[in-house]
Amino acid sequence: MAILEVKDLTKNFGGLRAVDSVNFAVQPGEIFGLIGPNGSGKTTIFNMISHFYPASSGSIIFNGADITRTKTHQVCALGIGRTFQIVRPLKRMTVLDNVIASAFLRCRTMGEARKAAEETLEFCGLTPYAKHLARGLSIASRKRLEITRAMATRPTLLLLDETAAGLNPGELDEAIALIKQIRESGVTVVIVEHIMRVIMAISDRIHCINHGQTITEGTPREVANHPEVIAAYLGHGGGGQYADH
Amino acid sequence: MLRERGWELSLLAVLLVFPLAVQDAYFRHLMILVLLWVTIGTGWNLLAGYTGQVSFGTAAFFGVGAYTAGLLAHHLEISAWWGLLLGGPLAVLVGFPFGWISFPLRGAYFALGSLALGEIMRLLATVWESLTEGMVGILIMQTFVSKVPYYYLALGLALASILVMELVTRSRLGYYFVSIREDQDAAASIGIDTTRYKMVSLSLHAFLTGTAGALYMNYMGFIDPQVVFSLSDISIMAILVVIVGGVGTIMGPVVGAFVMVAVQEIFRSGGFGGLKALTQAVGGGFLPVLTKYITQAHVLAFGVLVVVVIMTLPNGIVGDWSRIKRALRRG
Amino acid sequence: MDVLLQTLVAGLLKGGLYALIGIGMTLIMGVMGIINLAHGQMMMVAMYLTFVLFTFLGLDPYFSLLLTMPALFLLGAAVQRWALNPLLKVESLLPQNQVLMTVGIGMVLTEVMRFIFSSNYQSLKTGYSDATFFLGQISFSVPLTIAFLVACLFTSLMFWFLLKTDLGRSIRAVAQDAEAAQLMGVNAERIRTITMGLGAALVAAAGTLLLPVYYLFPDIGKPFTTKAFIITILGGLGSTVGAILGGVTLGLAEALGSTFLGMQYEDLVGLVIFILVLLFLPGGFKRLTKV
Repeated sequence: MAILEVKDLTKNFGGLRAVDSVNFAVQPGEIFGLIGPNGSGKTTIFNMISHFYPASSGSIIFNGADITRTKTHQVCALGIGRTFQIVRPLKRMTVLDNVIASAFLRCRTMGEARKAAEETLEFCGLTPYAKHLARGLSIASRKRLEITRAMATRPTLLLLDETAAGLNPGELDEAIALIKQIRESGVTVVIVEHIMRVIMAISDRIHCINHGQTITEGTPREVANHPEVIAAYLGHGGGGQYADH
Repeated sequence: MLRERGWELSLLAVLLVFPLAVQDAYFRHLMILVLLWVTIGTGWNLLAGYTGQVSFGTAAFFGVGAYTAGLLAHHLEISAWWGLLLGGPLAVLVGFPFGWISFPLRGAYFALGSLALGEIMRLLATVWESLTEGMVGILIMQTFVSKVPYYYLALGLALASILVMELVTRSRLGYYFVSIREDQDAAASIGIDTTRYKMVSLSLHAFLTGTAGALYMNYMGFIDPQVVFSLSDISIMAILVVIVGGVGTIMGPVVGAFVMVAVQEIFRSGGFGGLKALTQAVGGGFLPVLTKYITQAHVLAFGVLVVVVIMTLPNGIVGDWSRIKRALRRG
Repeated sequence: MDVLLQTLVAGLLKGGLYALIGIGMTLIMGVMGIINLAHGQMMMVAMYLTFVLFTFLGLDPYFSLLLTMPALFLLGAAVQRWALNPLLKVESLLPQNQVLMTVGIGMVLTEVMRFIFSSNYQSLKTGYSDATFFLGQISFSVPLTIAFLVACLFTSLMFWFLLKTDLGRSIRAVAQDAEAAQLMGVNAERIRTITMGLGAALVAAAGTLLLPVYYLFPDIGKPFTTKAFIITILGGLGSTVGAILGGVTLGLAEALGSTFLGMQYEDLVGLVIFILVLLFLPGGFKRLTKV
């Protein structure tokens, strides 16, 4: 059974249809890529799943239960963690405190929460920065903090929104390694990403949308060679250099 | 612990022996006001400084607490001391529908709603004469002639509110409050029910403020809508106590309460009565005029203080203490 | 029936002035994203200015519009330039420190006026203060009718300005997305300063127009600040059309309230409407009209 199923998901903003009858299903344990040009509706889909705004129509099924109308904090409590495209750390708290705030979702006491937070920091490689204020971090560490915070809520499904944007090549490799490590720990990952190198390297399957509509879905190789995907990214007649990565 | 908390503990020691050392009724009265403001300021700090929900309606809860105590005695001839137990819960009850309406909304709604709540309560207390006696106000017999029992009650309440603060900031509640202040969406995304925890914060604020209001009624023996539902003297004063002392710090409201009560009294009484004494000693001249102007100027001073503090000490005396020390050393 | 009609007329005329107050507030709300809790106090300053011009120079209130509006424009712009803009750069834990700042400024304005003019009620009696004319059985106050017409004129001018001029477009751009506007070469700080000035000038016009039929004392600012934010909430934060609808609604509601419930309930009516809007129409009229 799919861990996450999106059925005919649609979102209208006034007269604009940002997402138009999108369907996909994510299998437990996979890394599922969601790609598309700027403004194609990827983040909107994430925001509907975590219910920052309601879907106009369609449904979202998580572990067999309909969560289309479930509130943001309850979605998280059910086991869906997410990160934000524009990082939103709790700026005037230390890195450790940021993660403790998340860990309280599954911990009763301060001691348990602190221990869980420290473990998650270690897992994500942020322990050296534990005492730093979140706003003083580099962009790479902030992105990592986003992931750490989401992981501290012990999700079974993690939604990653452009966690690789703005990273240098070395940091990209580290990010890829972290995402793979998260998957190995048993968490299913849905990833929105612009950097083809990342998404091609780690995704098991990729779903491509443009103008809110599905173009295709398949393995990285299939998607990369799909003419409409190439057209969407490079304009008609563009070369296939992205497909080689 | 002892070393870190050195000045706090010495302050506590001074406060404990204060009424034994100082017999003067006027200064005892001022200290009771300071302690009441510590409680009210701590409540506002919890809601605004820690949870990020700026309220202009502190007077609503203060007034409800005060009227609870007053009306029990006035209508039912039940001791006004029961108000100390009931004032807090009743204030929470008033806060509930208000929070329930305004918290799910984004933007300025809470701040505006709180301003409206304070005004509504003031108008209600003025108009609903069969219940509140309107502008005439409520007069009750005070239990004690001496100020000492009131002093220790106010001290107990202030200590209790600081204790609540200490406990909250070290627990899940504190983490959740600060998360909501820093970024409401991010807070929701890590599983925090933001509306619910904002309600918890508002309830704590209302409870502390309402209890302080009930104590005020018992102590002063007289209230009317203009006094306990006052926008400038209660709601704005509460904000000032916290921003002068230090938003989001536990000791901020304590420092702020001392400073603000002093400022208020300097203006209200012309330098703790010093100007009056000077006038009597020197006799005539420009001093009476000066005294008259200065006693009128306490609200102006509040306004100027708001402007100056926000511009120069955005984190208050406690929050900007290191900056103040540096500036003093340089100067 | 006549009582009702008379009440509606009175409410509508007052509503025109309220719309003027509301538009100033909603402009500021839209561009700065803050509520200006010194709005009514700025109006109070304009009223005192009108009062002084009339008493000492014999200047007719309608003529003094030409002076009070620019004067308040400068006051508003100065407040924004030297008190509010700097706060954008201040690092503070304090949420909404700009709103708190406007509270402080409102207090300072009120108390300074009290210093100069004392707390006594003042009023300004012109030859036409009590003049009325009749349409059928319904009486129209001449100054309120003039005020209503001038308010309509300023409102239309404001619309033309926002829609058709470069500066107006820049203001709307900053209101929509300050960062994007800045990237397009709009100086957002300057726009904020101008907007605050415009908001103050509009509320100054309302104050000057109101003075011939009203009374004046330093604390009069506060209830008008309350009215201004009720209008803004009614209309939907930041919506200009909403502010007009909100202003007229409040005017009508207050008139009906004071006629049928009693004078002392006039202020309470506005606050009750405020709560009802929050409960049943949280986006204000903007939700209905989409503008």
